[in-house]
Amino acid sequence: MAERPEDLNLPNAVITRIIKEALPDGVNISKEARSAISRAASVFVLYATSCANNFAMKGKRKTLNASDVLSAMEEMEFQRFITPLKEALE
Amino acid sequence: MADVAVGKDKCGEQRLVSLPLSRIRVIMKSSPEVSSINQEALVLTAKATELFVQYLATYSYRHGSGKERKALTYSDLANTAEESETFQFLADILPKKILASKYLKMLKEKREDEEANDGDKSDNDEAES
Repeated sequence: MAERPEDLNLPNAVITRIIKEALPDGVNISKEARSAISRAASVFVLYATSCANNFAMKGKRKTLNASDVLSAMEEMEFQRFITPLKEALE
Repeated sequence: MADVAVGKDKCGEQRLVSLPLSRIRVIMKSSPEVSSINQEALVLTAKATELFVQYLATYSYRHGSGKERKALTYSDLANTAEESETFQFLADILPKKILASKYLKMLKEKREDEEANDGDKSDNDEAES
């Protein structure tokens, strides 16, 4: 399956905005750091998907659902995400 | 931290997330064993990715060397990947950088070690026979 490289990347502008909003005012991000975080985010998606898929398969389902993603977060030790994620569902 | 209002619009879910769902979906589908992804799972993954970006950035900034720093640099991120268990899955894609001269020196020292060990072995053989 040939994906064009840019298809697996997330848009720079959005990534930059998310980073800037998270960091204190006046802190800059080097271009290299931004690019690294973007790559890390793509890897995160892959890792989370693979992990969530394991839960789906355990439940003998072919479709990934919300609880699979939440279980994946637990497994990956990102429990801190679970509450805000549940809120996003409401 | 900019957070979103919890609303119940028709397109409420879409607005909670800045990252484009279509792109997130492409990345998820590139994973070999995945058949299909329901809409909620897609939205949650996108949202989780945003939270991840925030967390990685703030963690790396806080744990970076020196106080009152004005910038987040690549090496802050590489240090995080190496030192934090949570972020260790990133270690391969965020390797620490070293000067080429230092790397060449390390290679040279390694080769010298290996040659010295081989030398010891053959000395032992000679002694026994």
